[in-house]
Amino acid sequence: MFTSLHAAIAAAEKESTSLSAVALALEAKDQGRPVAEIRDALRRALVVMRGAVEQGLVGDLKSASGLVGGDAAKVHQSVAGPFSGTPFASVIARALAVQEVNAAMGVIVAAPTAGGAGVLPAVLTGLAEAKQIDDERLIDALATAGLIGAVVAERASLSGAEGGCQAETGAAAGMAAGAATEMLGGTPRQVGHAVALAQQGTLGLVCDPLGGLVELPCVFRNATGAAIALAAVEMALAGVEFAIPADEVIDTMGEIGRSMDVRYRETAGGGLAATPTGRRLAKERLVSIKRSGA
Amino acid sequence: MVSLLDIIGPVMVGPSSSHTAGACRLGLLARNLVGGTPERALVELHGSFARTGEGHGTDKAIVGGLMGFRPDDERIRTALDIAEREGLAYSFDKTKLGEENEVHPNTVRITLERAERSHVMMGSSLGAGRVFVTEIDGFPVEVHGNHHTIVLVAEDVKGSVARIAGLLADDGINIATLRLTRKQKGGDAFMVIEVDDPPGEEVRDHLRAFPWVRWAHRLDKVSG
Repeated sequence: MFTSLHAAIAAAEKESTSLSAVALALEAKDQGRPVAEIRDALRRALVVMRGAVEQGLVGDLKSASGLVGGDAAKVHQSVAGPFSGTPFASVIARALAVQEVNAAMGVIVAAPTAGGAGVLPAVLTGLAEAKQIDDERLIDALATAGLIGAVVAERASLSGAEGGCQAETGAAAGMAAGAATEMLGGTPRQVGHAVALAQQGTLGLVCDPLGGLVELPCVFRNATGAAIALAAVEMALAGVEFAIPADEVIDTMGEIGRSMDVRYRETAGGGLAATPTGRRLAKERLVSIKRSGA
Repeated sequence: MVSLLDIIGPVMVGPSSSHTAGACRLGLLARNLVGGTPERALVELHGSFARTGEGHGTDKAIVGGLMGFRPDDERIRTALDIAEREGLAYSFDKTKLGEENEVHPNTVRITLERAERSHVMMGSSLGAGRVFVTEIDGFPVEVHGNHHTIVLVAEDVKGSVARIAGLLADDGINIATLRLTRKQKGGDAFMVIEVDDPPGEEVRDHLRAFPWVRWAHRLDKVSG
């Protein structure tokens, strides 16, 4: 796969095609498999993503520790918020939904990881429903998301233990922003700006889950990550350009991750996990997990 | 080389690609060593696996993998109960398998027994569901589980590679890569052979029938 978005955008512009088309063609070549097979695998991923969204929106799930669950349904059913009933609220509810399913050991697609698995399905399925986008274009968008994630994996990291949450929900926000920008008619260049705009907004984000569990704040970070992705899509499609190229923003994320104290890299040693309430909840909940044998 | 489908995937039971999906894959790989679901399993968890494994279902995922469940199999949630019904006696231990800078934080050592067979595997979960087997029966190995793999130790006899390649060809197995290492002339040769088709138990038995093969295992791929 490409190791820079600059190269991918140049290839797409040269052939007057989309980033998803160049990504699918290169993946087929790399793997020695026909494009149709790659699309089928992405189609299966889309089915699982939709299933997780639907399951989570029902709201009857509880995580192993009981720390999270039920909030997706609250947002989904609410009429109190300024965005209730809009695609924005729907995307936020969906991001919570997928992460609540994940925390309850339900079936999800790690995209790029399980901890950041809510952002991409929320943004893509939420916007596709609002804008009546068909599944083939959603599958194209997943390919573009995969391309962006592959570039992040090569240049920085997709692991909270290595790079903090900026490498999980931050990377997911960049993937979702770029993929949605293409899906809604943006040019390859606008996709690049969308990635840069989303990822600049998550730089420095730490990974600080209570008790080390993929629950709190992870569920909510997926919702706020999705909101950042939406902001980036709105700006990129309006023609806003971010002066620092996406590749350099991604490199910056990697550099920040490498210099991040180990307390902020999925060890539960710092951040929210180390607050008095964070420590107390983690202790209580971990004891209860052991007792229940869950 | 990073694949699109590594990024958009795997499809898995939550909550953690490293502590759940990766742990399940390590169980699946270990299961190969005894040719099926073991009767007994000792699972020794190290580092982050030991510290936060329970909250991530690492225990269920490994036991599920030992019973042949894939990372997206919802039976993982109740794997410990299923194991008790199916006669898999498992036990868990938290331990230190090495110094922090030597052993990956998500590492497990699994000791299995089934019928006459007893084997030990050590492996790590590297993140995003990727795994790495580092040791089998005390021998250092490097198996990523994205190819069907045969690992074997043979005495350093002339023509051993040709005879092994011939045997695999006779069994209808195509070799993708072959790596041969030897500490010294005349010392044991260690081979890691990645193959295109899943080698059955009979391939392992055929390899072990060579008098100069000390030890051989087959590991079916768990990803890719």
